[in-house]
Amino acid sequence: MFEKALIGSKKYWGLVIGLLAIMGVGAIFYLQQWNYGLGITGMSRDVSWGLYIAQFTFLVGVAASAVMVVLPYYLHNYKAFGRITILGEFVAVASVIMCLVFIIADLGQPTRALNIILYPTPNSILFWDMIVLNGYLLLNILIGWNVLASERKSVPPPAWVKPLIYISIPWAVSIHTVTAFIYAGLPGRGFWLTAIMAPRFLASAFAGGPALLILLSLILRKFTKFDPGKDAIQNLGKIVAYAMSINVFFILLEIFTVFYSQIPEHMHHFEYIFAGLGEHGKLVPWMWTSVTLAVLSLILLINPITRRREGILALACVIVFFSLWIEKGFVLVVTGFIPSPLGRVFEYSPTIPEIFITLGVWAMGFLILAVLYKIAVAVKEEIET
Amino acid sequence: MKIDRRGFLKIGGLGILGVAAKPVIDVVSKVKLAEASAKKGVLVEKRLAMVVNLKNCKDGCTDCIDACHGVHNVPYIANPKDEIKWIWTEQYEKAFPDQEHRFIGGGMKGSPAILLCNHCDNPSCVRVCPTKATFKREDGIVMMDYHRCIGCRFCMAACPYGSRSFNWRDPRPFIKKINPDFPTRTKGVVEKCNFCEERLAKGLIPACVESCKNKALVFGNVEEPNSEVREILRSNYTIRRKPGLGTGPQIYYVV
Repeated sequence: MFEKALIGSKKYWGLVIGLLAIMGVGAIFYLQQWNYGLGITGMSRDVSWGLYIAQFTFLVGVAASAVMVVLPYYLHNYKAFGRITILGEFVAVASVIMCLVFIIADLGQPTRALNIILYPTPNSILFWDMIVLNGYLLLNILIGWNVLASERKSVPPPAWVKPLIYISIPWAVSIHTVTAFIYAGLPGRGFWLTAIMAPRFLASAFAGGPALLILLSLILRKFTKFDPGKDAIQNLGKIVAYAMSINVFFILLEIFTVFYSQIPEHMHHFEYIFAGLGEHGKLVPWMWTSVTLAVLSLILLINPITRRREGILALACVIVFFSLWIEKGFVLVVTGFIPSPLGRVFEYSPTIPEIFITLGVWAMGFLILAVLYKIAVAVKEEIET
Repeated sequence: MKIDRRGFLKIGGLGILGVAAKPVIDVVSKVKLAEASAKKGVLVEKRLAMVVNLKNCKDGCTDCIDACHGVHNVPYIANPKDEIKWIWTEQYEKAFPDQEHRFIGGGMKGSPAILLCNHCDNPSCVRVCPTKATFKREDGIVMMDYHRCIGCRFCMAACPYGSRSFNWRDPRPFIKKINPDFPTRTKGVVEKCNFCEERLAKGLIPACVESCKNKALVFGNVEEPNSEVREILRSNYTIRRKPGLGTGPQIYYVV
């Protein structure tokens, strides 16, 4: 099937070359980071995780796109999603690979990364995250590729794929839960020390993943002969509406607990992102943008008149994705360190090399996605003609 | 009885073997005892700890910091972003945020408190490390293996005391005078106070304790009732940093 990725239109090759160019720029900056060390980033003794780990955290959420189409299709026999399960699974593959690359980019000694396997340490959440992420990647590659290959030959998928599909559903829950546990189990980091961290990760993932899937489906319909189906897109829209509502509700729960209890170690972080601490308020405009976008997206998504119009639904999905990117892909990680355990406010902003390395990894993810989608769409077009 | 040369050597050899075996047997039996008692959680043979007497600590004095950073090849990087420190001072109310109030007296307000790794009984950094690069010894020292550390910095997120530093860049150009008896670090690994385990192994006390002329730092075994640390803990009221987090910090402060 892979040969399908090697034959394409000028637009396809333009996209591939464009993404390769961005990856190349990212790689050059990574070499600089390799030589100099992570000091090339904006991270500091106080804010010791930044953009890379935040991207990883956000992208674990995007990987949930798969389960939100797989579950209704395989457990509830919801046929409309049958056409797009493969799209969800391939988004999961691309985003989990990006997650792993962001972790490697964040390591001070990347050549020692295998120490996690050579000296397995079950009491560390990172050990479990390594297992669940790689497991989810493998599951989605195996399922996606085999189901597509059988579809091409017009035969049912091999029997051994079915149990893997069922396993992949709770496995999807595990990647968000374990990633949330990285944060939620640390003493002295009041911003993260909350039992609803895992539910929050799940809610935002079930909003962000399907939102991206809607956008990708609309793009595919515009540029290829493959039509994901109006019903599938509309029902994904409902999933995004529910998940985003729950996500906003969970954040409001956090805000109540923190500000009503008035415990300073928890409250200061929220003050920092919503009002700033003293003259330090770099994240304030970002956070309010995220909040405004979240509210706007809910208005557009909950109201059936706006949600049913595909153009507006697409806009709402862009808004959801960007709002969640600010919240999970930046603020959530950085704010855990501000103020520091010693009450010091040391602000963080990513540097130029850090931003380009990040863009390079995103370009790599989109390249993987473009190639996988090219194959999937070519197979689907072949069947339909 | 006639003892020939052969017989003499036999008896002598056995005797030497017996003398040589005694310490080995002692160690083994002691280890067994320590293990058994540690399991019960009643008695640990050795638990290293430090008492910082803030009353004796002189404002502006940096003897302990200089001694520690000198002996351990800790680089001096002025930029606070890339800064590395094993022992340092912080305002009292920043070090003990739970004790902060408007009327802090006794000259404590704004006065410097010596901070270092707390060598916790229940260290959260050790719990999160994915490679066992940071680990706790039987005597309580929380150690770092600079050669195993992958630089993920999970331990820095987990430490509620800000005791850990990361080598954001090659530290070697920033070391004033390299001490050849202690390793320098490479970029991309985490480091922190090691309670001078390399000096303890030679029978020396920690460098910071040795350097303090005012006896503000006292080091010893808290499991030994007659030790100096225990004597100070007995005769003074002491506090610890953020005890409510359950980490069991082993640096005690006389205020």
